[in-house]
Amino acid sequence: MIEQGAQSDLLDGLSKSIPYIRFLGLTFERRGDEITALMPYKPDLIGNPLLPALHGGATGAFLEITAVTQLVSDTTLRAMAEAGGILPDDYAPVMPRPIDITFDYLRSGKPLDTYARAIVQRRGRRVANVRVEAWQEERGKLIAAAHGNFLLSAPATDAPG
Amino acid sequence: MSELQDRMTSGEATPDGRGASMAGIPHSGAMGMRLLSAENGEALLMLPYSDFLVGDVATGVLGGGAITALLDTCCGTAVFAAKAKIVSTATLDLRIDYMRPATPGKDVYAHAECYRLTRSVAFVRATAWTETRERAVATASAAFIVNRKPEAGA
Repeated sequence: MIEQGAQSDLLDGLSKSIPYIRFLGLTFERRGDEITALMPYKPDLIGNPLLPALHGGATGAFLEITAVTQLVSDTTLRAMAEAGGILPDDYAPVMPRPIDITFDYLRSGKPLDTYARAIVQRRGRRVANVRVEAWQEERGKLIAAAHGNFLLSAPATDAPG
Repeated sequence: MSELQDRMTSGEATPDGRGASMAGIPHSGAMGMRLLSAENGEALLMLPYSDFLVGDVATGVLGGGAITALLDTCCGTAVFAAKAKIVSTATLDLRIDYMRPATPGKDVYAHAECYRLTRSVAFVRATAWTETRERAVATASAAFIVNRKPEAGA
């Protein structure tokens, strides 16, 4: 059984089971229904060794994964509410798939830990529109932001036409 | 191409001899990206399929972020390949359309073209694919701020 308090564990297990998220070294924390993602600094994340600056691709991937994680968390909380607070052991949420994302690079990412949070601007039946922000030392000084659309429905129900 | 290649690759050989390693860009090097060609404002890169880049264990499809990182790197490389005088670039924005999942087990290719370069800004579009370029995995369009070598006497 998966109970309310164990939802962070579910997210944790989900992220640890995905190789690419492990490669980036990402971790997630949940406060209420809000996910904060952490990308701890490591030299492998550098794109420009001269500055040095984080690779825009690493920052972009971080934003994208933060959006997906927030959506999965929301899906899980909804499923839990519908199931009366308890989910079956074999519960596996459908992973949202990006349709399109626009990344704005606002400041050079320093060789420091980076944080990100996502705001779901609209969640429909099939598509969710999400805005994500990433920062380092100061919450008000974003290093990057992204907005994008994600496909929520399972492939089985996503047949053409 | 040689000066450009030096900056991108640190001159490291690749284990299978395909392309040049991108160890000069640590994150791209860590992902295993290869530089196949870069000239006249165009760049061709390859990301070998690797288990550690998988984003969906059930299917073996690479993480969408890995494609994002490949396209970002490819766009930046195309800007460098547009003019020798460019000393650095910074991505302003990057839009990616995800057309279909990358085929599991297949290497991903990316081609980028810098189609307009002004004194300050470069505009780039790019495509990523596995089997054929017509069946794109993702397309991208990006804008970069470019920093050029100071003019002589300036």
